[in-house]
Amino acid sequence: MSSLGIINYWVVVVLMMIGFYCVIARGNMIKKLMGLGLFQTSVFILFVSAGKIVGGSTPILVDGVEVYSNPLPHVIVLTAIVVGVAITAVGLALTVRIQEAYGTIEDDHLGDHLDGEEG
Amino acid sequence: MLLTELLPFIMAVPLIGSGFVAVMPGRSLPWALSTLACLFSAIVAAAVLGATLDGTVLSYPFGNWPPPIGIEYRIDAANALVAFLVASMATVALFWAPKSVASEIEARHGTFYALFLLAVAGLLGITLTGDAFNVFVFLEISSLASYGLIAHGKDRRALLAAFRYLIMGTVGATFFLIGIAFLYMLTGTLNMADLAERLPALSDNNAVRAALAFIIVGMGLKLALLPLHLWLPNAYAYAPNFVTIFLAGTATKVALYVMLRFVFTVFGPEYSFAVLPLSTVLMVLALAGMFAGSWVAMFQIHLKRMLAYSSIAQVGYMVLGVSLATMTGVTAAFLHLLNHALIKTALFMALGCVIYRTGSARLDDLRGLGREMPWTLTAFALAGLSIIGVPTTVGFISKWYLILASIESGAWWLVAFLVITSLMALFYIWRVVEAAWFSARPEGAKKFAEAPLALLIPTWFVVILNFYFGLDTRLTVSAAGAAAQALLGAGASLP
Repeated sequence: MSSLGIINYWVVVVLMMIGFYCVIARGNMIKKLMGLGLFQTSVFILFVSAGKIVGGSTPILVDGVEVYSNPLPHVIVLTAIVVGVAITAVGLALTVRIQEAYGTIEDDHLGDHLDGEEG
Repeated sequence: MLLTELLPFIMAVPLIGSGFVAVMPGRSLPWALSTLACLFSAIVAAAVLGATLDGTVLSYPFGNWPPPIGIEYRIDAANALVAFLVASMATVALFWAPKSVASEIEARHGTFYALFLLAVAGLLGITLTGDAFNVFVFLEISSLASYGLIAHGKDRRALLAAFRYLIMGTVGATFFLIGIAFLYMLTGTLNMADLAERLPALSDNNAVRAALAFIIVGMGLKLALLPLHLWLPNAYAYAPNFVTIFLAGTATKVALYVMLRFVFTVFGPEYSFAVLPLSTVLMVLALAGMFAGSWVAMFQIHLKRMLAYSSIAQVGYMVLGVSLATMTGVTAAFLHLLNHALIKTALFMALGCVIYRTGSARLDDLRGLGREMPWTLTAFALAGLSIIGVPTTVGFISKWYLILASIESGAWWLVAFLVITSLMALFYIWRVVEAAWFSARPEGAKKFAEAPLALLIPTWFVVILNFYFGLDTRLTVSAAGAAAQALLGAGASLP
């Protein structure tokens, strides 16, 4: 298989690294959550790619179609998307609360609060 | 068989109950229903544990789809033991909860207890299921609920701790999902028993190695294995006391169980330990965790943080048992999994009593408190004996089995490490005892009354269990042995 034939896997790796980098390197909590979303999405593409069968049709029973894509990864990704949405929602809710409590959502400014003593 | 039909209800009763609890008004009604739900799960889980101790494997196919097509609940002694631990610890923690939760959470308690039940249901789901993707879903259910629970802490730093845990926990869970994706792409199945059959043929494949690595790292994050432990101290320190008690007793244990299930059942010990150097990696990380955790705990002023760092060290003990990859080693890991749940629950409960009265967990504020709250601080000291590993306590039993396992594997030098970290535990517990009993109360300090009986009775119940299972080890050792047997297979003994 040529390297272009597995381009979807390259996309997965690139997206995964961009997302992971954002999670680690960005101080802003919204950006962290965006990175986290990207990171999760790359895994969804990995799953969907696994279900693709060359020449396969959508997995719906119709006459004259013999080869179908594997529907199981699609179902798994649907569930995983729901999980991802829930995580983003909880993360954003926490960010709102942190903004209310501290007046900032820059993690660099807040890190000292956690380790130090606070009245 | 009736018991098999009841299997899904261990998880489903807390899950469905959480919906009802969420809309209940007031304080005592949500608590009562939560307790009933957890009690039900604990009783069924105990019956299931009793039925699986002899090596029986129970299987419940969801929607009557036969596995591997449908999702299957597959219970052997290892699942049953962890499920029983989670359900019973949740029940015990709930009996401790009402007064403490009332002092920490102002608004109505329905939603709080609903989150708690979701966390319990998630943890139980992880332990019971025989489907790899199902593990991920339940893992996220329990994690999301715990982020919410931790954010309920009174201190505003609880929000930061919850956010950090959310980021790290999600990265860990996604790593786990990547591992499952690789396994599915290679084998075309998600059923664990099916995976175990198909993987040996692929043992030379790099993707299998990557899958194992991703799963170990993902679970290592949830388990708070040393370099991945950063979320734990803050999450435990700033969560409401009741949440800390529950999470310290159960959450990391369930992550350890998932790791064991994948390493031993799905990949098989021959592959994990003989083909890959997993044993060395885990042993190094475990020893580093034991040392670093105990070391940092020795200098903590905030006592909840101190116990949290001690938890990291105790996770090290469990992983050390696993890394030996022998029957005795895994038995020791399961024993410590049970025993540490008892020890840490007792310690956090006693500390929770102090915080309930004084509102502070700082070492300085504890000076001379032993005379004012004798029952609470005696409970703390006795549970402390257990974490040090004094004979007649459960802590001694787990350390004894770890030492046996080390000697059996010819690793004599490990005994020295175990003794040194026990001495470190002695040091950080002694600091508290010294402050509470041997220092004078500072001038002009407020007088505090003894903690209320509603908190003391559950605390002392767990403390007494610490000693009971330290003297009568038949039940715990046979259960841990059966769990190890279930994972390693009959008569398995490996390098």
